[in-house]
Amino acid sequence: MSSLSRDEVAKLAALARIEMSEEELVNLASQFGSILDAVARVQELNLDGVKATSHPQPLENIFREDVVLPSLSPDQALSGAPAQEEQRFRVPQILGEAE
Amino acid sequence: MINNTAAEMSSALAKGEITSVSLTKQHLDRIADVDNEVKAFLHVDTERALAQAASVDADRAAGKALGPLAGVPLALKDVLAQEGVPTTAGSKILQEWKPPYDSTVVAKLKAAGVVILGKTNMDEFAMGSSTENSGYGPTFNPWDLTRTPGGSSGGSAAAVSAFEAPIAIGSDTGGSIRQPAALTGIVGVRPTYGAVSRYGLIAYSSSLDQAGPFGRTVLDTAMLHEIIAGHDSKDATSLNVPAPAVVAAAKSGDVKGLKIGVIKQLQGKGYQTGVLARFNESLETLSSLGAQIVEVDCPSFEYALAAYYLIAPSECSSNLARFDAMRYGLRTGEANGASAESVMNSTREAGFGREVKRRIILGTYALSSGYYDAYYGSAQKIRTLIIEDYKKAFTQADVLVSPTSPITAFKIGEKSEDPIAMYLADVATIPVNLAGICGMSLPAGLADEDNLPVGFQIMAPAMQDQRLYNVGAALEAALVSKWGGHLISKAPALGGAK
Amino acid sequence: MALSYDDVIAKYEPVLGLEVHVELNTESKMFCSCSTTFGGEPNTQTCPVCLALPGALPVVNAKAIESSILIGLALNCQIAPYSRFSRKNYFYPDMPKNFQISQYDEPICFDGFVDVEIQTDEGPKQFRIEIERVHMEEDTGKSLHVGGATGRIHGAEYSLLAYNRAGIPLVEIVTKIVPGTGKYAPEVAKAYVAELRDILRGLKVSDVKMEQGSLRCDANVSLRLIGSDVLGTRSETKNVNSLRSVERAIRGEMIRHAELLNEGKKVKQETRHFQEDTGLTRSGRSKEQAEDYRYFPEPDLVPVAPAATWIEELRAQLPERPSLHRKRLKEQWAVPDKEMAAMINADVLDIVEETVLLGADPTKARTWWLGEISRVANEKDIAIADLSITPKDVAEIVALVAASELTDKLARQVVEGVIAGEGTPAEVVAKRGIKVVNDDGALMAAIEKVCAEQAETAEKVRNGHVPAAGALIGAVMKETKGQADAARVRELLLGHLGQATN
Ligand SMILES: [Zn+2]
Repeated sequence: MSSLSRDEVAKLAALARIEMSEEELVNLASQFGSILDAVARVQELNLDGVKATSHPQPLENIFREDVVLPSLSPDQALSGAPAQEEQRFRVPQILGEAE
Repeated sequence: MINNTAAEMSSALAKGEITSVSLTKQHLDRIADVDNEVKAFLHVDTERALAQAASVDADRAAGKALGPLAGVPLALKDVLAQEGVPTTAGSKILQEWKPPYDSTVVAKLKAAGVVILGKTNMDEFAMGSSTENSGYGPTFNPWDLTRTPGGSSGGSAAAVSAFEAPIAIGSDTGGSIRQPAALTGIVGVRPTYGAVSRYGLIAYSSSLDQAGPFGRTVLDTAMLHEIIAGHDSKDATSLNVPAPAVVAAAKSGDVKGLKIGVIKQLQGKGYQTGVLARFNESLETLSSLGAQIVEVDCPSFEYALAAYYLIAPSECSSNLARFDAMRYGLRTGEANGASAESVMNSTREAGFGREVKRRIILGTYALSSGYYDAYYGSAQKIRTLIIEDYKKAFTQADVLVSPTSPITAFKIGEKSEDPIAMYLADVATIPVNLAGICGMSLPAGLADEDNLPVGFQIMAPAMQDQRLYNVGAALEAALVSKWGGHLISKAPALGGAK
Repeated sequence: MALSYDDVIAKYEPVLGLEVHVELNTESKMFCSCSTTFGGEPNTQTCPVCLALPGALPVVNAKAIESSILIGLALNCQIAPYSRFSRKNYFYPDMPKNFQISQYDEPICFDGFVDVEIQTDEGPKQFRIEIERVHMEEDTGKSLHVGGATGRIHGAEYSLLAYNRAGIPLVEIVTKIVPGTGKYAPEVAKAYVAELRDILRGLKVSDVKMEQGSLRCDANVSLRLIGSDVLGTRSETKNVNSLRSVERAIRGEMIRHAELLNEGKKVKQETRHFQEDTGLTRSGRSKEQAEDYRYFPEPDLVPVAPAATWIEELRAQLPERPSLHRKRLKEQWAVPDKEMAAMINADVLDIVEETVLLGADPTKARTWWLGEISRVANEKDIAIADLSITPKDVAEIVALVAASELTDKLARQVVEGVIAGEGTPAEVVAKRGIKVVNDDGALMAAIEKVCAEQAETAEKVRNGHVPAAGALIGAVMKETKGQADAARVRELLLGHLGQATN
């Protein structure tokens, strides 16, 4: 039986940037056992030597030419912005440093 | 003439028997009459639709060359970006977002003169099999308003089956076109992966998603398929090969001498009696038309559902990261001094529904260090085995078949508390997505026990989509003549006069 | 207790690791067709793809692949016959998708090396820097922090985001650990970054402007006790935005580590930020736990599998290696070692070469760039390349001097005018009315006047004491406001006083 504790779910929620209520965390943790059991079936077969498929079609080397095409206008670019200022997206204070 | 097929509408338009404006108005009226019961649409785009229809009429009057579906109305799944029109993917996090660009599918529809009536309801971000996971409430099955139309393209399927539109666009990541087509008694096709551009299709699971057509007949579906298919340089996974001639195939419909493979793993336990009865009848019909029925073995299909529920959530956990309240969409929790991080956290909490969060968490887990190999890595290997099973099966048969859904339309709320039971609804459709091949669902009749539609699934190798239409057309013709009309004509009347 | 650098190297051996990010100079971005032009108005170079609008998809820029392969070849790398893009997942507002398309376990180039030469106490010495990998990725947007004291991220009330830079192609060049540089670690690192910059410039794949951020260096430093083979904990210093800073940052980190170690403290494995003003690093915000990037193959892109024939075509295009190039120039121009080193150190070799290619004499070209022009640049505290004088201007000035239309002294005035933005040398000459007095009659008048005024000196010269002519020539030059050609004045003066002109 697989399972995931409330704390493990909380850690994943933090990684996925979802602020979950206590109730949600507990609920999700309780559901995860059966979900993980279902998906863990992928481990039942001996998969040694089987190659992984991440693409259904065997394509390679799909490139575009290095050509500039018109961009959106700043108005279009900012059309969905929850807030804007000086032609930029205005966002709340950023806590962490960039990578 | 809303009860006619798209092909018939097309020819009436071409002959000048009706204008596109009039045809569009008839459908808008129908939507006004019945959509309060069906709730297929999230947004009805009356003005644009009428303007587009008027422009097609003007072009026709001016003698311009028009495509076969020019002037015919269509319902568009809300997962496709349409410039200036609210596009939500069924999620609160995108409430009122209006894209500044057209998806390639929409651009192709516009270029072909197809009139877009509006955007249809769906499970949020296409995650679900009942359309109950929409952030805007469920869609109801026109055959029985207490039941779901399936999902995730439930709005599009319901719109076509309720005669609100003759054709519609859906998207199919694990069965999201074929399963609702089956549950609402219409035709739906998931094209080969890479045959229809994904540019502008809001991603759920990039390696599985594919937009495709719905229609009430195989030919209507083919006509729409032909319009949206084709290579697109904006989608790096788009196939640059000639599109299969699906309309020609839908017009021929001949199975004489064809080998039709029944997949051993996709029947039996868990399949409703009436579903299996209609499926077997269809096989007999095909056999009587001269096809040879063989059984094929696809042992790894047993693991398809597990692989799917790792791959799709993993990709979705990354695809949905962009919904962060910074550049577009919902923003909540911006109280005094809140940081960007906390605004992201509270917006994603408020904006995503339960199932979406469940899959994001599952995907985050499956990709996290220490678990990647056991979950995501293994799932991708299972994917290889499924592709190999198909390859082998297609050496034994020209097309493969199964019931589309193990069950007929289920009650609203019946499975919404049990994710695993809901996931099982896709058990027969998922292998197609994992292998990137094409599949069709078409009506096989009504199940005796509940009088609800049953879908018959046909699968063909990549870029052999015409085989679906060939076999589908042959089976449809035989069944329609046996029934004395299309199955959809047996659907109960809705609010408006039918 | 502050340690001296000598104290540090007496006890510890530094181990380096350098990660250099290079912005490629493609016309369009890595995955979309937006322009990469630097300095545009905010959010004018964005599209659904680089803004990560729902539904948008990336498509790889062919030129970026070509540039990456060229870089790999120039760094003596293997080119992977099959490589893939992956998603590096983490949330940050300047990264629209909240994942970066990068390469993880399958980079396009791997296993290369760069040889660099530095001056040591024992003379020139070569060091080999081994390259671990070269991979492709995309740049982030830019944020502007509003409110708070300094415009820094800390204490800001809110931020403003612009995405013109988001999606510009980046190539990351990662070295293996570099041991064995001893006290020369800072110089070796600087020489490596300089060599890399020269190689990239020669390939014409990047603008390689550290000040504009088109070449950025992260320096990993750790110390171990001399004789030990146990690696110490490393720090990773970011924001190192000039060659001089590379040297300073590494030297500074070596001292900081040594001080901690000497006090029995531990070096924290962390990201630090170099501060140009103090030359010190400050700690980045420490993360509670190591970030889990959840890499997986980018499903929207397909593998890159460059054909062997393509790789060979690109290999054939490789320009001369900078070290060989320098050697060739040194021979062609017959430059002494010291002068050559001075040009490399002042970073004027390319510019001198360009000037020579425009027809200037190598020695004259070198003298201008290394002398007067370097002096002005130093005075203004800006890079020579950022002065408004070009190789074309200098070549023109050298030609004017050679044609005796300018004296060296006048030429200096012209250089000054060009730098001051007064126009081309010809324009400066015209505007300032600078002109060599070529009229022998006018010169003779001045000579006669000076000889009369300084009759005593003139007499000395007349009697064969030629060195005394200097004072007279100076006076004539003064009389003609410096616009006379000194050589011609000398000629006429000596003739006038009955002396041979040679
Ligand atoms: Zn762009």
